Amino acid sequence: MLIKLTGGTVYDPASGVAGQQQDIFIQDGRIINAPTEAAPEKEYNLNGKVVMSGAIDMHTHIGGGKGNIARTLLPEDHRSDPVARTALCRSGCGHAMPSTFVTGYRYAEMGYTAGFEPALLPINARQAHMEMGDIPILDKGGYVMLGSDDYLLRMLTAKKDQQAINDYVAWTINSAKAIGVKVVNPGGINAFKFNQRKLDLDEQNCHYGVTPRDILRTLATAVKQLGVSHPLHVHGCNLGVPGNVQTTLDTIQGIGGLPMHLTHIQFHSYGTEGDFKFSSGAAQIAEAVNNNKNITIDVGQILFGQTVTASGDSMRQHANHKHANPNKWVTMDIECDAGCGVVPFRYRDQNFVNALQWAIGLETFLLVDDPWRIFLTTDHPNGAPFTSYPHLIRLLMDKSFRNDMLATIHPEAQKMTTLGSIEREYSLQEIAIMTRAGAAKLIGLKDRGGLGAGNWADITVYTDNPNREQMFEKPDYVFKDGELVVVDGKIVATKWGTTHTVKPDFDPSVEKGLKDYFDRYLTMKMDNFKISDDEITEDGRGSVTVHPTV
Amino acid sequence: MTEITEVPSPFCGIGTDDLCIGVDGLSLKVTANGCAVNTPLFEQPIIDTRARVAGQEVDLDTAISQAAKLLQGAWLPVIGGCATDVNGMRGLLALADRCGAVVDNMNFVGARNNFLSMQANGWMNTTLAEVKNRCDLLLVVGTDVEAFAPRFFERYLWTEAMFLQDPSQRQVIYLGRAPSGDSSTSPNGTQATVLECPLTELPDVMAVLRALVKNQPVRVDSVGGIAVADLQAVAEQLRAAQYSVVTWAAGALAYSQAELTVQTLSEMVKDINMQNTRCSGLPLAGKEGEQTANQVCGWTTGYPARTRFSRGYPEYDPFLNDSRLLLADGEADVLVWVQAFNALSVPPVTDIPTIVVGRSGMKFGKEPDVYIPVGTPGIDHAGHAFRMDNVVAIRLKKLRDSGLPSTAEVLNAIEQRCRPD
Repeated sequence: MLIKLTGGTVYDPASGVAGQQQDIFIQDGRIINAPTEAAPEKEYNLNGKVVMSGAIDMHTHIGGGKGNIARTLLPEDHRSDPVARTALCRSGCGHAMPSTFVTGYRYAEMGYTAGFEPALLPINARQAHMEMGDIPILDKGGYVMLGSDDYLLRMLTAKKDQQAINDYVAWTINSAKAIGVKVVNPGGINAFKFNQRKLDLDEQNCHYGVTPRDILRTLATAVKQLGVSHPLHVHGCNLGVPGNVQTTLDTIQGIGGLPMHLTHIQFHSYGTEGDFKFSSGAAQIAEAVNNNKNITIDVGQILFGQTVTASGDSMRQHANHKHANPNKWVTMDIECDAGCGVVPFRYRDQNFVNALQWAIGLETFLLVDDPWRIFLTTDHPNGAPFTSYPHLIRLLMDKSFRNDMLATIHPEAQKMTTLGSIEREYSLQEIAIMTRAGAAKLIGLKDRGGLGAGNWADITVYTDNPNREQMFEKPDYVFKDGELVVVDGKIVATKWGTTHTVKPDFDPSVEKGLKDYFDRYLTMKMDNFKISDDEITEDGRGSVTVHPTV
Repeated sequence: MTEITEVPSPFCGIGTDDLCIGVDGLSLKVTANGCAVNTPLFEQPIIDTRARVAGQEVDLDTAISQAAKLLQGAWLPVIGGCATDVNGMRGLLALADRCGAVVDNMNFVGARNNFLSMQANGWMNTTLAEVKNRCDLLLVVGTDVEAFAPRFFERYLWTEAMFLQDPSQRQVIYLGRAPSGDSSTSPNGTQATVLECPLTELPDVMAVLRALVKNQPVRVDSVGGIAVADLQAVAEQLRAAQYSVVTWAAGALAYSQAELTVQTLSEMVKDINMQNTRCSGLPLAGKEGEQTANQVCGWTTGYPARTRFSRGYPEYDPFLNDSRLLLADGEADVLVWVQAFNALSVPPVTDIPTIVVGRSGMKFGKEPDVYIPVGTPGIDHAGHAFRMDNVVAIRLKKLRDSGLPSTAEVLNAIEQRCRPD
């Protein structure tokens, strides 16, 4: 069917279009050039409407064991937000860690058409894909987690060459069906199993003698040499520790110009100044990001209210358990592979630290110049549930609203932030870069995140509204692969998205060492560990999309 | 006969995936690495392949129609068993959502001990490969591990370890219940320490042990027949160990309010981690799809697999949604029993209409209204199942071509038939 979207005001940074009135044509799920003859079978008059491609959340915890632990841990949170079934939609629950079906519906109802799970543990990747397989509408994918796995640390201790490590990384990406590589508290999750309770950038793992700096450089090199588009995705050392701004600056310098993405950087931007020995490092971080073009970041903004933090960082989550609210928490050591920690949090605007965390995130957004290198996240659900994105967008786009909010937080935190003096307001084009074109480029999605001919027709249409929260929480239309799935912020049809992957080459002989290691030390056979495409596709709903290496 | 190697077992919960199975037509024989739990379940023969309605053989479509008809007329259907693979649970939950049913996993009474404790306090747990490579002290609470998983010690303790010079030096302590065999005896001949007590005294024993771990004063000399001095020695061993593991099977703690025992031991694990060493819990579970049911229900609804859909949205209640109570109180009016793993696990006998989607070969005291024999995940079709530690999902293999439908195919077909026109 040929569909025409007529006369909308288009924000398509991927094609350099910034607020021009344009028609868009859709056929067989993709955007096409204006046809010379055929008349559209369906036309939508979008005069006065804002048109963007579907939004992409490049860092959101939507699949994998820690999410299900978070769900199980908090029945009281679900009870406050029951979601009834409808003729079209399955029932479920919402709030901090929604059920899979509700995750898909609510993302789509906000105009999102893709989400990427950033912590795909190799040994838990199968579960993550099965969970994401039950998220309707959205495309999805994951970054496979390495850096605390004993196999890699053994290789580093044995001084294996970079090529051998590249083969192992590529093999793992293929086995786990991932589109990128993530490292969480490099080596720290492993060190926690040896009872180390902190691990600085240059501190050695007591068993392996390897430092986080070694791990970061090795993995960032591997990712680059393998041609994986998405740079190494880094959750750095010392999450949440006052003074960690220096660790983060050292991490940026230490990577030696290699591409690196620093995730939820808000949690890694803390100084130790002031009466409470807790201060904002956002200005220093922003300066470093502005000056180092190899660095990209997402913010991990916190917003006030109840949520739950679910992280692979068992070391830091254990240290943070004293802040658990409600007071219950889970950590796990996992399969000589990784770990996780789940700690409920209630961020309060009258708590000095929480209030300053809020300000630090916003300072970071507003002080980083290049919207192609910064991404809009709350690290769902860690800083706040993803459903708070429209509110966050308003904070970025509306200075007077932002300052009104600022005036309500803990007074000492107000004194410790420069937020009130920052004039910047994000434009619609900058929002479109952060949440669409930039995200697709960063992940390496070749035909998503843009509205030029050849792209898949993931399209969101909004009514322009000076209240940006209202505008972004209720799109007029959302198309996924050319199908209309949302009208006026409500699901009108559901479908299944694809799973985005990358398949870098590796020397098959890498399996010799791995098979021996699996047989001797792991509890599963190597061939049973590898995930096959048919595991994602066999139920007739899922599909696997392979993106090229570069 | 063909032999298939590296076969994963969906039955035992500890995720053994090194079985060798000989396949001769429809008959299976475990030729290597079997055990008292897995071998009989792999070898259960196919007996019936045709569905029955009111005891009469019918084609599959007729049985599905009849099941849908019963469910469409029901006020409160209950889906029990819930013993199947991931796709089977997906179908089961879609059907429950469609017809407003209560979903209740057959092992939930035991699992509840863990859920109540975890939802109150959380826990610090570990997984099997960490046990294998790190555990230097295993404390077993109230559970006969080898009866639960006969190959547990062989696979995870008395075997090569990455971080232990001599795995045979690992210490094993049983608290509460003595082992039924000697597989916990180290290859070097050292037997496990056994501190036995009546199971109902275990809450007191655990409370004293936790107090000792926390260096709290204890004013008795013995508890549950165990000398406090012996418990003091256990506390000191836990503190001295580098990576101790405390294991239990929630279902083995078969006494009232056993969740408090799980809570005490889980909090003790946390206490030890605050004393400059590491310790982790290891809940043993996962037989016949238990973890699979709770995991899939978890991501689909937010809650474990004792959840009802009768008000149009999921509601979890670990007590009120007990299917046995709903049957006994006359609240349920149709029972669906889903058990694809074990033909010996049949539904409770009830007067209300009963639909069984079960492994071929079930023998019923009372013929159900509808019986649809289905294939077993990991034998008759591929699939996925979760291991006890909730982290590892195993890829189940298809071993033979029986033509039996999968649980998912049958439940999805019933769900389709239940849709309003």
